[in-house]
Amino acid sequence: MTVPDNLLYTKDHEWAKLDGDKATIGITDFAQHSLGDITFIDLPKPGAQVKQSAWCATVESVKAASDVYAPLSGEVLKANAELTAHPELVNKSAYEAGWFAVIKIADLEEKKTLMNPVQYKEYIQGLSK
Amino acid sequence: MNENLALAETPLVNNHKKLTAKLAPFGGWLMPIQYSGIIEEHNWVRKNAGLFDICHMGEFIIQADLTKSNLGNLVTVNLEGMPLDSCRYGFMLNEQGGIIDDLLVYRIGSSEWMIVVNAATTDKDFSHLKKHLTGARLLENVSQSLGKLDLQGPLAAEVLTDLVGPGIKGLRYYTFDYFTLLGEEIIISRTGYTGELGYELYMPNNKIPELWEKLLSDRRVKPIGLGARDTLRLEMGYSLYGQDIDEKTTPLEAGLGYFVDWEKEFIGKSSLLKQKQDGVTRRMLCFIADSRRSPRHNYRIVYKGKDVGAVTSGSFSPSLGVGIGMGYADCEIPSGEEITLCENSIVINAKTTRKPFYKNGSAKSGEIK
Repeated sequence: MTVPDNLLYTKDHEWAKLDGDKATIGITDFAQHSLGDITFIDLPKPGAQVKQSAWCATVESVKAASDVYAPLSGEVLKANAELTAHPELVNKSAYEAGWFAVIKIADLEEKKTLMNPVQYKEYIQGLSK
Repeated sequence: MNENLALAETPLVNNHKKLTAKLAPFGGWLMPIQYSGIIEEHNWVRKNAGLFDICHMGEFIIQADLTKSNLGNLVTVNLEGMPLDSCRYGFMLNEQGGIIDDLLVYRIGSSEWMIVVNAATTDKDFSHLKKHLTGARLLENVSQSLGKLDLQGPLAAEVLTDLVGPGIKGLRYYTFDYFTLLGEEIIISRTGYTGELGYELYMPNNKIPELWEKLLSDRRVKPIGLGARDTLRLEMGYSLYGQDIDEKTTPLEAGLGYFVDWEKEFIGKSSLLKQKQDGVTRRMLCFIADSRRSPRHNYRIVYKGKDVGAVTSGSFSPSLGVGIGMGYADCEIPSGEEITLCENSIVINAKTTRKPFYKNGSAKSGEIK
C-alpha cells in the first residue's frame, strides 16, 4: 500500500494535500484496495460546503456503496469530472488522477487532527493484522 | 478474523490463499470473493474460460423407483419425463408453496438421481428429504466427499477437450456424461450459473486440488471468485437463493413458474394452484438504471410516486456498464416503464426490462467449435 510523504490522512482513509489555503482531497490506496473495482462516484458540487468528518462523497464498488468523509471543512472549488465516466481512475491512481475535489480550507487548525504519513502507515499496518 | 474460525473450508482454501484471493464468509463457508478483481474476472468469463470453486454446494444421491417412492412429490421437476443423463432445474417447496431451495436434478440411472443444492441450505434440504421421502432404497448426503468445480466461458469446451477428449463437445445444454479425468470417472454436466457455455465437474474432494491446478495451468483459464459469479448470474436474471427467493416466496411470485410441472402432485401444489387462481400479490421485476449508479439490496422501488416494493439483488453490470437489479413489486408493471430506486437521499432512475439483462451469452450455443 503506498502512503505518499506529502499528504495528511484520516482514519477513514481519506487524504488531503495542502497548498496554502486550498486542499486537494481523495481516498487512499488502502481504501481503493479494500473497496475493489470502483464503478461510480457521487462527488460534491462546486460551491458546496463540506464539513470535516461529515459526508462529502459516495463511492460505489461492484459489491457496495460507501460514504467518504471530508478530511477538512471548507468550500468545494472544483470536483474531478473525469471520475463520472472513469471511476476506475481511483483504483489506478488514488493519489493523482483519482483525486476527488479541491476545497478552500475554512479552518487550518483542523489539520492538527489529521495523521501524518508515518502515523497513517502504522495505523493501516495495525488494521491488516 | 475470529469469525472465520467456525467456517467450513473447501479442499482449495490453501490454493486460494496462495493466489492471494480475498476470502470471506458465504453460506457458512470461507470462500474466495475475488482474485484479480470482480470486473476483470467477470469479463474473462464472458470472453474466455473461468474456473470456480463450488465445493461448498451440496449433493445428495438418491436411489428411488418413481413408481414405488414419492420422490417425485418432493421436487417441482417432472422426473418421469427426464431422459437418462439429463439435468433439470427446479424447486423443493413447503406446503405454502414457499421455496425451501432451488436445485438441479441429475438422472444418473432409471431409478438413480443426484440432487445438487445450495451450500447454506444443504442440511435443511437433507432433513426435509429424510422426513418426507418414502419408498426410496437410498438417500445419501455426499456433500462432504464430493467436490465441484465449474468451468464457464466460451472457451470452456476447448479447454476440456484437451483434458477429456472431443466427446465433451457432444454434450448438449442440460445434459451430462461420464469422463475419465485424473484416473477418476466423473460426471461433467453442461450447466452453469453464468449464461456462458460451461460445465460443472463433480470430482471426489481428495482430487479437487489436482484438478484445480490442472485446469489453471491452461492459459485460457483464470480463477473466478463469488463476486463475479454474482454479477454474471445477475446479468442473466438468475435468482440467488436466500436473496431473491426463500421460503416466503413462491416460484410464481419469482417469475419461475416455468420450472414447475403442473401435471403431477408435489408438496406445495395446492397452495400454488390457489395462488395461480387468485393471482399473485407481488412479482419479480427486473430493472436497468440510466447510469453507473447501482441499486442495492433493500432500496425501495417507486412507481408513479408510490412505494411498490424493494430491491432484492442489485449491482453494477460490467457487461452493460450501468446498474441493474431485481426486486419484488406489489403491482404489475409492464416492461419499459420508468421507476426509481431510492434510499435516503439516493434516487436512481431506472426502466423495467425483461431478463436476461445480458443477451449475448454462449450458454445455449448449439454447435460447439
